[in-house]
Amino acid sequence: MTNQTKPSASGETWTPRIVAFFCNWCTYTAADLAGVSRMKHAANARVIRLMCSGRVDPQFIVEALAKGADGVLIGGCHPNDCHYVEGNYKCLRRYQMLKRMIADMGIEPERLRLEWISAAEGEKVKRVINEMTETLTQLGPLGLPQKFDEWDREMEHFAEHVAAREAATGSACPEHGGKPQTLETAHA
Amino acid sequence: MKPIVPKKNEPIRIGYYICHCGTNIAGMVDVEAVAKYVATLPNVAISRNYKYMCSDPGQELIQQDIREHRLNRIVVEACSPLLHELTFRKATEAAGLNPFYVQMVNTREHNSWVHTDRTEATRKAMALARAAIQRVPHHKPLEVKKVPVNPNVLIVGGGIAGIHAALTLANAGKMVYLVDKEATIGGHMAMFDKTFPTLDCAMCVLSPKMAAVGSHPNIHLWTYSEVAKVDGYVGNFNITVRRKPRYILEDLCTGCQECVDACVFKEPKFPDKFNLGLGKRKPVFLPFAQAIPPVVMIDPEVCLNFKRGKNPDGTHTVSDKCKKTCVQACGDRKAIDFKQTEEFKNITVGTIIMATGFQIFDAKRTPFYGYGVYPNVYNALEIERIINASGPTEGELIMRNGQRPKKVAIVHCVGSRDENTNRWCSRVCCLYSLKLAHLIKEHTNAEVYNFYIDMRTPGKSMEEFYNRIAEEGMHLIRGKVADVYPDPNNGATGRLVVQAEDTLTNKILKIPVDMVVLGVGLEPQPDSENLRRQFNLSCSSEGWFLERHPKLAPVNTFTDGIFLAGCCQGPKDIPDSVAQAGAAASEAFALIDKGHVEQEPNTAYILADECSGCKSCIPLCPYTAITFDEERKKAIINEALCKGCGTCVAACPSGSIVQNLFEDEEIFSEIDGVLAPVPV
Ligand code: FES
Repeated sequence: MTNQTKPSASGETWTPRIVAFFCNWCTYTAADLAGVSRMKHAANARVIRLMCSGRVDPQFIVEALAKGADGVLIGGCHPNDCHYVEGNYKCLRRYQMLKRMIADMGIEPERLRLEWISAAEGEKVKRVINEMTETLTQLGPLGLPQKFDEWDREMEHFAEHVAAREAATGSACPEHGGKPQTLETAHA
Repeated sequence: MKPIVPKKNEPIRIGYYICHCGTNIAGMVDVEAVAKYVATLPNVAISRNYKYMCSDPGQELIQQDIREHRLNRIVVEACSPLLHELTFRKATEAAGLNPFYVQMVNTREHNSWVHTDRTEATRKAMALARAAIQRVPHHKPLEVKKVPVNPNVLIVGGGIAGIHAALTLANAGKMVYLVDKEATIGGHMAMFDKTFPTLDCAMCVLSPKMAAVGSHPNIHLWTYSEVAKVDGYVGNFNITVRRKPRYILEDLCTGCQECVDACVFKEPKFPDKFNLGLGKRKPVFLPFAQAIPPVVMIDPEVCLNFKRGKNPDGTHTVSDKCKKTCVQACGDRKAIDFKQTEEFKNITVGTIIMATGFQIFDAKRTPFYGYGVYPNVYNALEIERIINASGPTEGELIMRNGQRPKKVAIVHCVGSRDENTNRWCSRVCCLYSLKLAHLIKEHTNAEVYNFYIDMRTPGKSMEEFYNRIAEEGMHLIRGKVADVYPDPNNGATGRLVVQAEDTLTNKILKIPVDMVVLGVGLEPQPDSENLRRQFNLSCSSEGWFLERHPKLAPVNTFTDGIFLAGCCQGPKDIPDSVAQAGAAASEAFALIDKGHVEQEPNTAYILADECSGCKSCIPLCPYTAITFDEERKKAIINEALCKGCGTCVAACPSGSIVQNLFEDEEIFSEIDGVLAPVPV
């Protein structure tokens, strides 16, 4: 299995980056099993171990996307199998909410994926990571950090523009006469 | 060694070590490049690569560096933390540093073993290393929690594995609760006639052990019982056992069986489960002669006293429409109780051994062998019973048509090594098929044909056994049987033709025989899925209980304090089941003897100053570990009840819950770390 690569605008090859949150008891162990069984798969996922999928804070996902991940994968125990009874149900609810939220933000919902993978399903780890790499390759880079930079630059331009107008007319807004409010970008 | 307590504001000094693991890691990851890269990262004081980090010299390297370079954080990039985290924590602790300053990076299972491109793997190793380097500065010194271990043990399943484990622990002075869903212990082994390769009688070796269980002062034997509920954790499991009614008071029954003789049914009439329906029993019966406990039971489905009072909803009321000759026969012993109901027992144990065994493959799932269609097709277990001196024919090999077979075919690998049924090798079928070949020949002097795919006889004395049987004049044919059908020339007599391709001579064989024996494979118990849920175990994709590590922890499970013995973990023969039962018993004993278990200090706590009292965490906790202090309007976590899942932490809107070992800052810095650019 080789990586899914796609030349980017700058000519370098781009390959998607996946941040994966795996629960200690099922999915992390399954990924270990995939290793022990030498099930070759795409090298695009970076696994972060948590005790339970219930620990996945929606902010982790937002942070991962904001810091340059092209997709986020959450792996937990199958329904009824959570080591902590029902952490995976809590995770499922947050996931559904988040999926809608990122869609509203203009991010393709396929970039977020939740899978139940038991400790015996090394094969499924391989399949899911390969599939997700494939999907993200099709979607192309998410590139939130670059977008943030662009937006920052736009804001700067805007601010300069407003300042220039202010200097010329003495007031930015004819109605309020005040200064424009500074907008905070999401990653600030 | 004086513990090194890092002073406040002392600069972070990280020691980073990447393991070659021979060539396991170094073969796919450029470990030198990774170490060089890590050396450039902030806070890193030492960055090394070494052949085997888990070896003594590897651990000493860390310890020496801690002393010489005053390291206060350790990152080891090697195998899975589930394998060696403890090793490196111990090594670090021995050097005087708090063990929770260690972070492991899994670059073998999650990287070098699963990728094929060296650049990609090296890049990934760097990204994962960076995540850990960014994470460890947030680590706090923590203390392990010690929880006492209750010395009592629950063993589920009373086959040879459960029996052996129970006796081992009981002889060591531990209190054992042995629960079996059947009315007697003994399991499958009690049904076997002889055992391979020694051909000694199964019951002769088993029954003394069964009797020892029955009379052991340290064993509570609860047969005809099932575990109804499991709560708690290693050291303190709370178990509810359901004892099904057998309508006999166990303490009062002497096993004299006078009630059986006195039953209004003069002749045994109902299919006898122990003899797989090949024999008959009465409504009141002893499962078999050597049953332990030696207590009869009543089958309410057929006992007249119940049957005549059967309610439309399927329940029974005592009808008084039977003469109850059994009660008269029992007399003053008063052991029969038609009003007995199911009973629930609550016990507390510290450890559990699962020994729930297997079921045989149902040969009806391979219809071309005609099992269940042609009366002279049997499964191997049925032959064990027929050939057994206390079986339905008292050891005479007589077929359903009353005749003795002159020609017998034994088909190996039925429901084993087969894409359409079960893919695994059941390990015992070749050997028991050879054993049955010998016994059939001994009993009837019939011609015996063994059809095998491969002859698999591993293990001590097994190949010798195979040679011995082969020399007895068996026909051993290498070829999978494709079809069994009635002999067109001899249809009325029930004769059958076995068709197979002899793969050594490439000839199609059609051999007429009187009897076909199917060497059925072993399968997980039908209720293994329920048990798995109940005990919070994992199963392999085939349905066998999953061991913690296939080589290094073969009797442990992912649930601390629960161990596996016998075929519930996978097919095995009697010696292996007994060996594994001994291992499971000693694992349990080791925990009990130590007296306590150490628990990961990954519990959560509340930052009271920040808690807004919104209560959203309270209903999330499955262990009711969170309560609300009405006076201070703050949530409180009871550390003793918290198991450390972190669900409440993720939900707290004010970020005022912290999970040790998995603090928000720790995770965020890992996220940043894996996404930071790397030089390759
Ligand atoms: S422990 Fe795996 S999802 Fe909760």
